[in-house]
Amino acid sequence: MKGNRSVIPFGPQHPVLPEPIHIDLVVEDEKVVEAIPSIGFVHRGLESLVTKKDFGEMVYVAERICGICSFGHGYGYVNAIEHLMSIEPTDRAKYIRTILFELSRMHSHILWLGLMADAFGFESLFMETWKYREKILDMLEAATGGRVIFSIIRIGGLRKDVPDDVLRGFLPELEKVEEGIRACEKAFMSDPAVLGRLKGVGYISKEDAIRLGCEGPFLRGSGVAIDNRTRGYAAYSKVDYDIITSEDGDSYGRCYVRIQEIYQSADIIRQCIENIPGEGIYVPVKGFPNGEYMTVIEQPRGGACYYVHASGKKFIERMRVRTPTFANVPALAQMLKGCDVADVPILVVTVDPCISCTER
Amino acid sequence: MLDNTEEIALDTLLNKVKEMKTDGRRVMQICATKIGEQYELLYTFVKEYDTRHIKVTIDPDTHVPSITDLFENAYLYENEMHDLFGISIDGISHDYKGGLYRTAVESPFA
Repeated sequence: MKGNRSVIPFGPQHPVLPEPIHIDLVVEDEKVVEAIPSIGFVHRGLESLVTKKDFGEMVYVAERICGICSFGHGYGYVNAIEHLMSIEPTDRAKYIRTILFELSRMHSHILWLGLMADAFGFESLFMETWKYREKILDMLEAATGGRVIFSIIRIGGLRKDVPDDVLRGFLPELEKVEEGIRACEKAFMSDPAVLGRLKGVGYISKEDAIRLGCEGPFLRGSGVAIDNRTRGYAAYSKVDYDIITSEDGDSYGRCYVRIQEIYQSADIIRQCIENIPGEGIYVPVKGFPNGEYMTVIEQPRGGACYYVHASGKKFIERMRVRTPTFANVPALAQMLKGCDVADVPILVVTVDPCISCTER
Repeated sequence: MLDNTEEIALDTLLNKVKEMKTDGRRVMQICATKIGEQYELLYTFVKEYDTRHIKVTIDPDTHVPSITDLFENAYLYENEMHDLFGISIDGISHDYKGGLYRTAVESPFA
């Protein structure tokens, strides 16, 4: 106790948290005046493993940074190594990578919708959204053989091809998912009980979003049009899409951005399937990587950096992964200041926190 | 060498970071790399999609000035460098004093 202040520990175990993070909430009555985060409960030291694993094997370690955006982590690392070794993957490999990227984004955003519904106590909406997430996982399984860790990407391309008939089979499934999400969208965007938990809650202005280093839907939900897919990696330079933003800046705005990005991802996948070239999927890799490179990609939760420092040996000297959830922590701490204690769980979920990513 | 990277001395760090601020950039990441017995600190700044890096090489016992007066969100990266690599950083706006990473194994690790 300090004056009329007290500290309420939030986490590391909490009903809204699938993963452990601890936040000390300094409160005055029911208002939070300061939030002090601490992490490390699932820190696995994956970055330092790069000095002990063959640079080719490290792809599988990178994938295991997180179970939701595992494909993106594998891609980020692979892309950095491919730049260092001057490897240009085939166009078919790039298109398939883009499809898997966007399936991961749909999966992640739908997962978030479900968690959000669960956080504000709308259990049937939670189950309905996750029904469509299963369809995405089925597609990922059909393409890669895995539902969480895919192990399909490797330096130089892909470990296996995804046949055209499997890809075409995704088209009716995508329509079903979009139809289902449209029905859920009505609840998220216009149900009065839901609006009461989202509208005006956790407001971050455009200026604060930039100043505090926000990433992804958190940034775009505050009206900042930055999406690292426009950097043109994989096949993103060959598909059409617009950056989705919201001027609301609150939990509602972030929810809107994620829902619209689900439809956008489905559209990008359709474009890729229509235009996928029919050539090889792998370029042979010779030698060892040498030099430094940083890849920046757009993971479902936002921009992620993969820095690799290699010295022409089997083992790499340093891999640094800056994940979007880690970048969003300062804004989360800022957002919690001044909120009611009862709103803390919703606000933590609205960031779409991935603690495995944050801690690595 | 990483593209768009400037290697500078530690005593010019704050001035260089101020230039980044004036240029309208934001902190994308800060990290440390152990090279032999020294540490390389890599500061990455971005303006929309244009990425620039500043690299500073320091000895293990060197004290590094915090850049949180210029970039508020840098406190997270500076606390991380302190907790995982043992880098001493002076003047962090939110200094968790080793409490950001609560690990069962004693840190720093590198």
